[in-house]
Amino acid sequence: MAISQRYTREIPHRYRLEAQKFPSGFVSLPRRYVDPISGSREFEKIRLSGKGTILSYTIIYVSADQFKLLTPYAVAVIETDEGARVTAMMTDTNFEDLKIGARVEFVFRKIMEEGASGIINYGYKAKIIK
Amino acid sequence: MIGIVGYGSYVPMYRIKSSTIAKQWGSDPAAIEKGLMLIEKTVPYFDEDTITISVAAAKNALLRAQIDPQRIGAVYIGSESHPYAVKPSGTVLIDALGIGPHVHVADFEFACKAGTEAMYVAYSHVKSGEMEFAMGIGSDTSQGAPGDALEYSASAGGSAFIFGKENVVAEVLFTHSFTSDTADFWRREYQTYPRHGGRFTGEPAYFKHILGCGRALLEKSGMKPEEFQFAVFHMPNGRFPLKVGKDLGFKQEQMSEGWIVNIMGNTYSGSSITGLTAILDVAKPGDKIFLVSFGSGAGSDGFIFQVTERINEVRDLAPKTREMLNNPNKIYLDYGQYAAIRKKIHFNEY
Repeated sequence: MAISQRYTREIPHRYRLEAQKFPSGFVSLPRRYVDPISGSREFEKIRLSGKGTILSYTIIYVSADQFKLLTPYAVAVIETDEGARVTAMMTDTNFEDLKIGARVEFVFRKIMEEGASGIINYGYKAKIIK
Repeated sequence: MIGIVGYGSYVPMYRIKSSTIAKQWGSDPAAIEKGLMLIEKTVPYFDEDTITISVAAAKNALLRAQIDPQRIGAVYIGSESHPYAVKPSGTVLIDALGIGPHVHVADFEFACKAGTEAMYVAYSHVKSGEMEFAMGIGSDTSQGAPGDALEYSASAGGSAFIFGKENVVAEVLFTHSFTSDTADFWRREYQTYPRHGGRFTGEPAYFKHILGCGRALLEKSGMKPEEFQFAVFHMPNGRFPLKVGKDLGFKQEQMSEGWIVNIMGNTYSGSSITGLTAILDVAKPGDKIFLVSFGSGAGSDGFIFQVTERINEVRDLAPKTREMLNNPNKIYLDYGQYAAIRKKIHFNEY
């Protein structure tokens, strides 16, 4: 179970798609310490536009318990227009529209609830742009 | 000039037809469609709530206002379905949109008029000169008990309005509020569904407050109903707003553009103000708009707006309300799916 401190720390990337651009051109979301290409620890903070393209996807029929009510749902690997590769749950999407190369936009949604009395986790999901 | 500088709405993709609900409870679908004038309503998905709807609507308002979110001095969200009992909805919204942290935030509740309440306070901050811009939002994932008349109407959606002094899209000309203690509809703490006084929600509540506010607003402004191109009122069903409008002296054609309840349902705090966004989507410069909300408990907020030339520059910068309502990809639910999504059935906790 994510705890509220960790959830709060992740707000910049989960809420606002704040990513890092390293000197090599590598763009990372979420945050990492070292550029995997150059080894540099220097980076520029950028905010992603929220648009991207599906590189791959799968449909989840048997999920972790907290996502059980959502099944079946799709999860996609998305390359954002800035070049970051992000894994995201899909929402508001008909499975017949799910295609490699399909254009998506990120939307702000409830990701999960930590039980009936815990915090509610918000963040990005993706939906197909038609 | 002080008024709305950016507006935006959000409507979920899911729908349930009144006839589907009527069949579930053995009622006559035709009687509901004709009696309440409701064809279908919006339903929030599992991953949507007042916060996510407010964020989506506010994002559209920012697209139209074209301002740096950091310049917004206050954000108020009015709703009767704030996801937390204790923890503000507005804090999530400002961090999601890059507003603040130097911002005043509060959540409002006043049954179905919490949205206009948020707008009223946001507008007043700008008018007082205290703030450059302030945002008022009304959004809800409305509750209605299974089998209750409210179940046909209680829907989901919301609208956001940024008030300011520069590049005004719709100037606020006059406001008025009318309030009394009237126990027509309520929900106690820890209760899942609201209760209401049946017919008592009509004349002594809805009609008394909207007529009281509306007549005072006309008197204050010195304007006559025929001077307005558009009028919109709180929409708990299809019939009430058309009747109250007629009682105030407005004609059907002035009300039709903002009357979205037949395909949206009653969005509680987002009801009359989402009708306002549908009007702004089509209004011409110079048009005057008459709006009166209603919240049980009970009270009404009234606004008179005048649309400016700026509307033509901003209306296409974000999705239009009727386009979202008539989304060709909308998904219709059966009652079982609806009951699950709205958590009207009990699940095991994981």
